[in-house]
Amino acid sequence: MTPRTLFQKVWDAHVVRPATADTPAVLYVDLHLLHEVTSPQAFAVLRERGLAVRRPDRTLATMDHAIPTTPRAAGRPFVPADPEAAAQVAQLETNTRGAGITLYGVGHDRQGIVHVIAPELGVTQPGRTIVCGDSHTSTHGALGALAFGIGTSEVAQVLATQCLLQEPPRTLAVEVEGRLGPGVTAKDLALALIARLGADGATGHVVEYRGPAVRALSIEERMTVCNMSIEAGARAGMVAPDETTFAYLKGRPHAPGGEAWERAVSGWRALATDEGAAFDRVVAFDATSLEPMITYGTNPAMAVPVRGHVPADVSGPTQRALAYMGLAPGQPMLGHPVDVVFIGSCTNSRLSDLRLAASVMRGRKVAPWIRALVVPGSQQVKREAEAEGLDRTFLEAGAEWREAGCSMCIAMNGDRLERGQYAVSTSNRNFEGRQGPGGRTFLASPLTAAAAAVCGHIADPRELVA
Amino acid sequence: MTSRQPVSLVRSRTVVLAAADIDTDQIIPARFLKGTVREGLGRGLFADWRGDASRSFALDRPEAAGAQVLVAGANFGCGSSREHAVWALMDAGFRAVVSTKLADIFKRNALQNGLVPVEIDEAAHASLVAAEGREVRVDVAALTVSWAGGVAAFALPPFARRCLLEGRDELDILLSHEDAIAAHERGVSLEA
Ligand code: SF4
Repeated sequence: MTPRTLFQKVWDAHVVRPATADTPAVLYVDLHLLHEVTSPQAFAVLRERGLAVRRPDRTLATMDHAIPTTPRAAGRPFVPADPEAAAQVAQLETNTRGAGITLYGVGHDRQGIVHVIAPELGVTQPGRTIVCGDSHTSTHGALGALAFGIGTSEVAQVLATQCLLQEPPRTLAVEVEGRLGPGVTAKDLALALIARLGADGATGHVVEYRGPAVRALSIEERMTVCNMSIEAGARAGMVAPDETTFAYLKGRPHAPGGEAWERAVSGWRALATDEGAAFDRVVAFDATSLEPMITYGTNPAMAVPVRGHVPADVSGPTQRALAYMGLAPGQPMLGHPVDVVFIGSCTNSRLSDLRLAASVMRGRKVAPWIRALVVPGSQQVKREAEAEGLDRTFLEAGAEWREAGCSMCIAMNGDRLERGQYAVSTSNRNFEGRQGPGGRTFLASPLTAAAAAVCGHIADPRELVA
Repeated sequence: MTSRQPVSLVRSRTVVLAAADIDTDQIIPARFLKGTVREGLGRGLFADWRGDASRSFALDRPEAAGAQVLVAGANFGCGSSREHAVWALMDAGFRAVVSTKLADIFKRNALQNGLVPVEIDEAAHASLVAAEGREVRVDVAALTVSWAGGVAAFALPPFARRCLLEGRDELDILLSHEDAIAAHERGVSLEA
């Protein structure tokens, strides 16, 4: 048999009907994740056509984008003050109840950002196909799933048929040699890779992250890397499952148990790309000399080392970005003033991210002019962080410790920048206005964000952590 | 009611947004995503770029009224998967978007709604940018864009082209494969 890639194996196992001369392949979806913002119009399509949700048991919903993350008493019923958000949340409740779909809504002890809760629950598994009306669905590829974002029309299609019509993507191997140095994180790797590939460098491709530097990453770190695949335009990002993956999954609420576990693991082992399998493209990258990275512009590919400078020779698009950011060509990043620090989002809101941020903030104070928000990705992350006292570290430093949600990553829930403010954020998008109209975002790792919080300006976190 | 209007020809003046990497957060900012219907999103289209005199934004100019063809820079529609971007463009009257390269999810969303995604080579794109406001014809059957002084071919998968021309809907096609889907499910283990 011809050697196959991880992607090809997962794809092949889900083809319900192969492509014909005039119709693309029908691809089966194992797991469909829903949230409040991109699902209401899809349920409306089903109602208009008198269709039922085909597999509520393969569908799971949460609330994350539009809900406020202001601290609140545990277990209390909760309605967003914003009437539009309240209506959206109410619709999700009605729609999921009507269809028999499990909803981890606000107040549920498993609520959280959709891409944080699914791996945490163990429903994200190697070899599965996973979709969600959200571009960062690529996150789930960290466990060897084929996971990609879809639009709302496609959400309706999956609700009704559990399938999508798919043209096959191309494959791109990103081979990462070496090892990340101290103070350099998966986020820095992600930003450096996107800078290298370009904001549309992986369009039309499914990326497989490979090589020793990727193998050395924890699952949470792999999620950070896969999460940002879309920022290079990729359909999906994947890492072949290995012992790290199995150890992460074992014992999770929805992971297989007993004998089923052994069977599952042996199936998962077979997913890795075969020796000699061909990719459409290969890009090599060395992690050894990588430094903490930060963005200077208005897309995630505009990134430089934190000790670096804004590029000196800039073209039209970069000029526009610099004008928006209020930065001059050639200016150093270190020392740039900051108003807000946001630690959260599906890129960097897991326990290991919060530990990194806490390692910098512990025993230090957030600069008096800085507003620092720490927003756990899920209620589960929040509990775990509190169990080890991270909440106290953040609060004692003068940061806010908030409820789980997307928060200031998307600024549609009350958490947002004021016009002109600068933020160092651990989220994934520095687009104009992404964190609030007129707000200006520097994307960085949790370490670099925490360093900015305590220094009051952009700083190299390696000077603060041993 | 399950099928869309067929689209075979879009003929109109162009509006040009030549910047590269225009993301869906620009096309429709997140604060406009709190609704639960598809209609009326045109009011949010480029909300943060409009009305800013310092930018002389193309969509603010009187000539833009009634234009159905948007000529945009490379990687248009990158970022968020929000189909609201396509709904907003269509609500504002656009029926085709021409670029050198469109972002994947945006292109999928465009096809689902009958917004014609047109990708042409850089030279042709540069001429169209230069010919801002000129009338163009986007011919889905012939897969060409033409204007006084130029013509360029574009590609679409045969299936996407046919769906546009016939107003076919992917959901209907998927529903017609019920037997194959059921068979696949019988062969799939359902642990978890
Ligand atoms: S945290 Fe941000 S990027 Fe992630 S799902 Fe929420 S809004 Fe999207």
